[in-house]
Amino acid sequence: MFNNLFLDIDAGMIDWSRAQFALTAIYHWLFVPLTLGLAVIMGIAETKYYCTKDEFWKEAAKFWQKLFGVNFAMGVATGIILEFEFGTNWSNYSWFVGDIFGAPLAVEGIVAFFMESTFVAVMFFGWNKVSRGFHLASTWLTGLGATISAWWILVANAWMQYPVGCEFNPDTMRNEMVSFAEVALSPFAVGKFCHTVTSSWIIGAIFCVGVCCWYLMKKRHTKLAVESMKIGAGVGLVAALLAGATGHKSGMDVAEVQPMKLAAMEALYDGGTEQGLKIIEGIEIPYGLSIMATNDPKGFVPGINDLLNGYTTPDGKVEPSVEEKIERGKKAIEALARYREAKFASSDDGETAANNLAILKENMKYFGYGYIKDKNDVVPPVLINFWAFRVMVGLGCLFILFFAVILAVTYKFPKALFKKYDITTLPAWHYWIAILLIPLGYIASESGWLVAEFGRQPWTIQDMLPTWAAVSDLQSSSVMITFFLFLVLFTTMLAVEINILLKQIKKGPAL
Amino acid sequence: MNKGNFLHKVYHLYYDGFRQMTLGKTLWAIILIKLFVIFIVLKLFFFPNFLKQHADGDEAGYVANELVERIK
Repeated sequence: MFNNLFLDIDAGMIDWSRAQFALTAIYHWLFVPLTLGLAVIMGIAETKYYCTKDEFWKEAAKFWQKLFGVNFAMGVATGIILEFEFGTNWSNYSWFVGDIFGAPLAVEGIVAFFMESTFVAVMFFGWNKVSRGFHLASTWLTGLGATISAWWILVANAWMQYPVGCEFNPDTMRNEMVSFAEVALSPFAVGKFCHTVTSSWIIGAIFCVGVCCWYLMKKRHTKLAVESMKIGAGVGLVAALLAGATGHKSGMDVAEVQPMKLAAMEALYDGGTEQGLKIIEGIEIPYGLSIMATNDPKGFVPGINDLLNGYTTPDGKVEPSVEEKIERGKKAIEALARYREAKFASSDDGETAANNLAILKENMKYFGYGYIKDKNDVVPPVLINFWAFRVMVGLGCLFILFFAVILAVTYKFPKALFKKYDITTLPAWHYWIAILLIPLGYIASESGWLVAEFGRQPWTIQDMLPTWAAVSDLQSSSVMITFFLFLVLFTTMLAVEINILLKQIKKGPAL
Repeated sequence: MNKGNFLHKVYHLYYDGFRQMTLGKTLWAIILIKLFVIFIVLKLFFFPNFLKQHADGDEAGYVANELVERIK
């Protein structure tokens, strides 16, 4: 991919920096969804205690809060490393976006610190010290705090995929925020947030049901297992259906602002109207892709070749070819150079600066294309996107079925089908299926991130900055060292977390 | 401090909470070790601010030069 780049920078630096960022983000994302998901489970358990005053629900809530606490503690601060990487490995990018990222990340830091540190303390230390109502509110607010934190992080991520509410200032070389509301409430951010949070609830639900099945298999804490399983499966089914709906919204957003990502997800080379959705190569759902992308069975979806060579939609919208965009990008970068030369040279040439500023603004939309040497460099890795998308959607459908079956068996509904099944006395392999679904939940979630992040390659900021312009002029050897350091550190920490979690599950609730 | 006032209650919520921790002690130890590794070891020795080290105070000029030169 980088063979045609005549750069002074070490090409390995780009790949190692990307690998390091991916490793850190994937590791961080092991903790976040379980935190968001368990927050709902423990919140519902404590709400049941509040409504019924039954001590059983108090102990059930405490048990899920304990597992939430272990996961929360292990995840704390793992995301900060990503910010270090921005400053060291991605310094051009970091400077270029600084003002846009600063606001959401600062809000996230303040909200996370005040909400989570306050209400987590009340949740763990406040039993029998604060009123039941205040304790319940604190439990829900702990989860809400974590969810709001996720909102701001996803706002920052969504901006990279769909940069809005900003204006590039060639004097400071930064994108400056012109509308906080546009950045914070960007439709892309809203869609991403809803899809990410609902998919995280699925992880919490799968974890809850898996733990309950382990207790049923061991014939321990049967009441807790059955009652919690009803909560877990209920949350899971609602979340999986919502994740499907929000995923459709995300698909439409991607079709609108990142059509190349959608084409790569579908391995669609030559697009058109009435496009089918491939289940695997050779088997497709008629009109599926057109509906997914446009809500219209006859909708137009461009393919990779259309996007590379330019196309006109049936309603007459003309999309320029990548080569035309490259020319305009080069114009923008050259105008930037001339503008700064005229503006900051000892003899301030106001007219030249003004003329070049106008050229820069006119072509800024395609700024990043100026760094593209070969038009094929704007095509993301098709194979990874194609399969990651299918793994995510396929597992999502499996989870809907799984939660529906669990609910049917636990509630024995419809009676004619399920009256002979007792959830507490099933053969062990039934429980093993539920336990083995826990890692599949994570695989589905991480696959979603693979689609989101591989699909936007080569851009760190869509159409504005490719990876090779964003990366610092460092030697790859320094990044390699920290990559392997992280690998050891993260593996150790993960082993410690799993060990503590398993011990707490084995110990069980104080019932 | 008046035992009935709000600040006293908050103080005791945290004080008693930390004193009575069991699993929490292990988790806090892990958090502190992790924060030490992240902020002292990683940040100081492996993740310097690249621009501060290389831009001599003119970060905008440095990044402009980088972005203009990388087109060539």
